[in-house]
Amino acid sequence: MTTMTTLTGPVLVLIDHHAGAVRPPTLELLTLARAAGDVTALWFGDGLDGALPLLAEYGVTSAYQVVIDSPVANAMHLPAVAAEAVAAAVRQSDAALVLLTSTFENKEIGVLLAREIDAGIVVDANGVTIAADGAVETNQSAFASTWNVRTQITTPRAVVAIKPNSIPAEPAPSSAAPGVVTVTVTPSEDALRTRIVERTERVATGRPELAEAQVVIAGGRGTNGDFSAIEELADLLGAAVGATRVATDEGWIEHTAQIGQTGVTVAPKLYIGVGLSGAVHHTGGMQSSGTIVAVNGDPEAPIFEIADFGIVGDLFTVLPQLSAELRARLG
Amino acid sequence: MRIVVCVKHVPDLQSERAFDAEGRVVRVGGEGTLNELDENALQVAADLVAEQGGEVIAVTVGPADAADAVRRAFQRGADRGVHVVDDAIAGSDVFGTAVCLAAAIRRLGAEARVDLVLTGMAALDGLTSMLPAALAAELGLPQLTLAARLTLADGVATVRRDLDNATETLTAPLPAVISVTDQINEPAFPSFLGIMAARKKTVEAWSLADLSVDPTAVGAAGARTRVVEATPRPPREHRVLIADDGDAGRRLAEYLIENKLV
Repeated sequence: MTTMTTLTGPVLVLIDHHAGAVRPPTLELLTLARAAGDVTALWFGDGLDGALPLLAEYGVTSAYQVVIDSPVANAMHLPAVAAEAVAAAVRQSDAALVLLTSTFENKEIGVLLAREIDAGIVVDANGVTIAADGAVETNQSAFASTWNVRTQITTPRAVVAIKPNSIPAEPAPSSAAPGVVTVTVTPSEDALRTRIVERTERVATGRPELAEAQVVIAGGRGTNGDFSAIEELADLLGAAVGATRVATDEGWIEHTAQIGQTGVTVAPKLYIGVGLSGAVHHTGGMQSSGTIVAVNGDPEAPIFEIADFGIVGDLFTVLPQLSAELRARLG
Repeated sequence: MRIVVCVKHVPDLQSERAFDAEGRVVRVGGEGTLNELDENALQVAADLVAEQGGEVIAVTVGPADAADAVRRAFQRGADRGVHVVDDAIAGSDVFGTAVCLAAAIRRLGAEARVDLVLTGMAALDGLTSMLPAALAAELGLPQLTLAARLTLADGVATVRRDLDNATETLTAPLPAVISVTDQINEPAFPSFLGIMAARKKTVEAWSLADLSVDPTAVGAAGARTRVVEATPRPPREHRVLIADDGDAGRRLAEYLIENKLV
């Protein structure tokens, strides 16, 4: 069934990809985009050909490959340059809605883009719908997920950044090979005033990305730096490992593992927090999780106020027992 | 070195934060405070001025209560403070806020060159992190965002930032807009002398007319988004809390399997 829409143009989806592979949250964007209109994918850099079958499977009808015409190193990774390129693609496709994954980098691209194309913008959204009058509406949570907010974008064009794990990604009922258009963009001098003199891609850990994982296990001060019980359970469940600011500041685990208001926001199906008290700095980044499990020695720990299943106990006893039991029962 | 630090008055994280009937953040009463992440930006500014000399000017936009953020910035070393305040600003989106801040910064720049505009990495009420880039674009300045480290030399700023997939080192010529993360420093508590000195300072209130800003370009009138509905989420139901008496790990395994979570 085709969804009726009154959007004046297609939906442009910025495809996040790493090492040639489309990042899973992008498939959620494509699923949302399909319900709103015709889907055009926007791809920066090389590797589009290899990804086309997957993009087609998720309903992409055409794809724009962006080529940044500049001798400046890493120009494509400059948010101001990327925003100009997306704006060029919006003009060429006459897109009414641009969807991005809500990462720090994309939020910056998004706001610069919105300014450039006179669009309203909502970031950290969990969903996007087209109202009866054709206006783009978003849903998002606020104040550490204690409120739900519905926002209308009142401009003809809209930019929306969607958080990972907002909806289940689903392939389109039918698909056809998308046509590919190359968009060559020459960055403005202004956009190139900022330069990237060094860029080091992070090495994959072998575990799912924290922001994208279905199961997250996080440790805090109570681990005393011993994450072995957490790692064992994470290996068993195919989970990502996260931490509180205390744990990353202590150097027990890399800074990129920090969950919270100034770190990564997670919304997995299952979150297990151990040896952490549940300060708002942390819970602000995990309170949208499906099921919250907490293990802490202090019965007064605030994490128990938001936990679906709380255990007052020693994580170094509870976690190994949990791992052993799951291993025995799940085989 | 003349540094502007943008600061924001936000609802206290420990308080019951709420939206009003019009979908705006409730910003009244004594529950507000200086956005904690602005303390990092104020500390960067104070350290730079301690090293190189100069002036730190705190600038905020918001209703009457928001002046409190500037007073707290005084305690943290700001020499001067500006509060852009006008009834027409209520309901501004990120672009409207950027217009107001940019107008104030341009006015300060007309008095004497502004070398650097600093912000925190996010405001802890909205957490969107969009303002720094929007402000840089409004001012026509280069932006360096999410700086975990910052050095200045020969009129060029160099920052290191950690993104989801990469770590980057970026440069930009000054003047520039730079947002700093909570990794960049450990903000000092205001000193007794700082608190005493802050009492003697006055917050300068500037209206939109003072700044020649068209009131319809900002506030609800100029906003490109509108909150349609804001509702508190119901608390989680069917919560279980047990004390470990030797088999809590097994009971948790049972719970996870029963609820098809593993």
